[in-house]
Amino acid sequence: MSERIAIVGVGQTYFKSRRPEVSELEMVNEAVMAALENAHLTIKDIDAVVVGNMELFEGDYQVDMWLAGGSGAYLKSGFKVQTGGSTGSSVCCTVFDLAATGEFKTILGIGFEKQDEGSSQASLRSIHEDVFFDVGSSGKSAATAVQSVALDMMHRKSITEEQVAIVRVKQAENAMRNPNAHLRRKLTVEEVMNSPKLAWPLRVFHMCPTSVGACAIIVAPESQVKKISNNPAWVADWTNIHGAIQPFYGSITPSTVSTPLGPMWAWSVEQAANRIYKRNGITNPRKELDVVEVYDMATWAEIEWWERIHLCERNDAHKLVEERATWLDGDIPVNPSGGVTSTNAIGASAMQRVAEVAIQVRGEGSERQVPNVKMGLAVTAGGDMYSAGVLIKKSL
Amino acid sequence: MSRKVAIVAVAQTKYEASNTNQSNSELLWEVTKKILEQTNLKFENQVNSGLCIDKIIHCSEDFWQGRTISDLTLHPEMGGYAMDVIKVAADGTQAVYHAAMSILSGHHDVILITAQRKESETVRSSIENNAFDPIYLRPLGFDFLTAAALQATRYMHTYGLTEEHFARVAVKNRSNAKNNPYARREKAITINDVLRSKMLAYPIKQLDAKPVADGACAIVVASEEAVKKLTDKPVWITGLGNCYDAHYPGDRELSHSEALSLASKKAYKMAGIKNPRKEIDLAEIADEYSYQELLWTEGLGLCDEGKGGELIESGSTEIDGKLPVNTAGGLLSGLPSGVAGMAQTAEAFLQLQGNAGARQVNGAQIALVQGTTGPCGQSHCVIILNRRKGEIL
Repeated sequence: MSERIAIVGVGQTYFKSRRPEVSELEMVNEAVMAALENAHLTIKDIDAVVVGNMELFEGDYQVDMWLAGGSGAYLKSGFKVQTGGSTGSSVCCTVFDLAATGEFKTILGIGFEKQDEGSSQASLRSIHEDVFFDVGSSGKSAATAVQSVALDMMHRKSITEEQVAIVRVKQAENAMRNPNAHLRRKLTVEEVMNSPKLAWPLRVFHMCPTSVGACAIIVAPESQVKKISNNPAWVADWTNIHGAIQPFYGSITPSTVSTPLGPMWAWSVEQAANRIYKRNGITNPRKELDVVEVYDMATWAEIEWWERIHLCERNDAHKLVEERATWLDGDIPVNPSGGVTSTNAIGASAMQRVAEVAIQVRGEGSERQVPNVKMGLAVTAGGDMYSAGVLIKKSL
Repeated sequence: MSRKVAIVAVAQTKYEASNTNQSNSELLWEVTKKILEQTNLKFENQVNSGLCIDKIIHCSEDFWQGRTISDLTLHPEMGGYAMDVIKVAADGTQAVYHAAMSILSGHHDVILITAQRKESETVRSSIENNAFDPIYLRPLGFDFLTAAALQATRYMHTYGLTEEHFARVAVKNRSNAKNNPYARREKAITINDVLRSKMLAYPIKQLDAKPVADGACAIVVASEEAVKKLTDKPVWITGLGNCYDAHYPGDRELSHSEALSLASKKAYKMAGIKNPRKEIDLAEIADEYSYQELLWTEGLGLCDEGKGGELIESGSTEIDGKLPVNTAGGLLSGLPSGVAGMAQTAEAFLQLQGNAGARQVNGAQIALVQGTTGPCGQSHCVIILNRRKGEIL
């Protein structure tokens, strides 16, 4: 490895269902300006800009071109990356790679989505893996993908429906403490349990919203970090992992097809965490990590990820609920931001997981700050089977 | 910078006007298979330790397949299973840039870069229109062709270039393509043929424009330690630079490419090139439209501003000239956009390796590859390749 690197600035817009008053460019610019302000830098200090979003969602081809005036990319290095729901973390991993070369002073990474300007569900229908046998006929969706994970968890007696509702209430409480979050409404267990079914046992209040917003991070190599920040969030390690596509499985989503490795989606989450743990000598994540952000596209997924990233033993997720371990005041807080179930602007979502861990490590979480965070992990999931793991530390 | 990065293998399909025999997946599998056979490499998921492909960078854009996360269905054909995979949504040169940077970061040792595109399955202009801002430019009906026409007109107006200058580029590149086994077989053309071909958007005529093409390309880049085990004829990537320009054509002086000038300066600096005109032996330049080869050559500092016309007239960019440009025929001979930057990188690699067959430029040591993304060359990427490792970097 060439240079050690750190996140020196984080910026986000607030998130809503609709923002007709701003264009994508103006919205992205809000996040960029917030990140620059957070890092005490100006756009002149930035060397490169990497952008990511779901290009078909808003229907903008090569959107980084139009955005050049708002992202700050004008006359700077950069390009666009995209990997589905994990786009934001793919941008992060790309930015981390670029920063570690030592060829750049500071790099800006941007993830955004303006879902009010397109039909995300219509676009998502197009991902079906097999053009000839699969498209359109199977009724597959993110909801049915989560459904099979949820059914599996209930079957394993890992968690009850009521406990899932309790975890959703926790997410709502966290989101209420996060001024940038989209859904900031107090929820009760009864409300969650009585919300309409999407694909039983998955209910509406378990599922992530359709959000509009942007997130930006600024990353610098060690030689620059000292000049920029006395409170950097050191990126100790990062990994990006892709599961597998399972063509010709008819109506079963590839993410939940049982393979020798288990459901593929969950597998990539587990792999991302395992790689980080192995390379960084982490043997007891629940004890060693101070905060965790996971990509909880639904509450069921958050709970599945607890097991997959070894915060508890397999089938023991209910214990974490009983002990309230993953609450803000628990011993291993998960998603102090409120997570994806509270805010989901797709291209931004996976970056927000990384950004929130950086915020927590830097002690900038105000009302949602977990005390004394020295080391945190972000694990993402998206595009059916992409996951990234990012380990962030207060000091290296 | 202590680490070094080299290209160790390339593979291409034949680039055809319309390939109805192979799907996107099959095109990709053809080049991936060729790479695996050439290098004997395995993927990370197939080995417990040691030398392996530890990352895949796929270069594609969703619009061309009409599906979101367009790489998703293509992973089986490029080995993207239980692997680090990332998708770059830009020209192929940017994917090579990303891969080289990832090697230089110390996080990866061997990266497979893949790209495929079937332009024949869709309508380019309808896709390109979506690259313009949705408020002011998109409703005007712009596509890359009509935007390029404005740029070409501006270029002619500023420096007095003529349609004949542009036609010469098309003739040269189509002539070079006859010795490229991957290029489609087309009859030779003359300057008059170009000038008399169908007008698309003044001054761009049918033969001044990149034709529709289908095809795929794969490249393997590796770190210095890995290179030793993979090939005795590596081609080193010694310089990298990329840069965005402003989006609105009216915000730019279209007859001058500031972004390309900056991108090339970064690449020259990294590669320790002080006098590109003397040091660079051959160049692969994104000639989506014929005028662009001349304008980009100026932007790269390979000739004076406004002198692109004289350059092509002088013959020095012919295959036997002082600075051969687009020895495989360039985009004008039919490369799919996106794949183009990779195909041109592959050509420079083959030239420096001495494996370019009948189109071989003798004694070439340093090559330049330039790729562009967006309308009127809004974003540029420059890669310097060297047969020798070089001291700088």
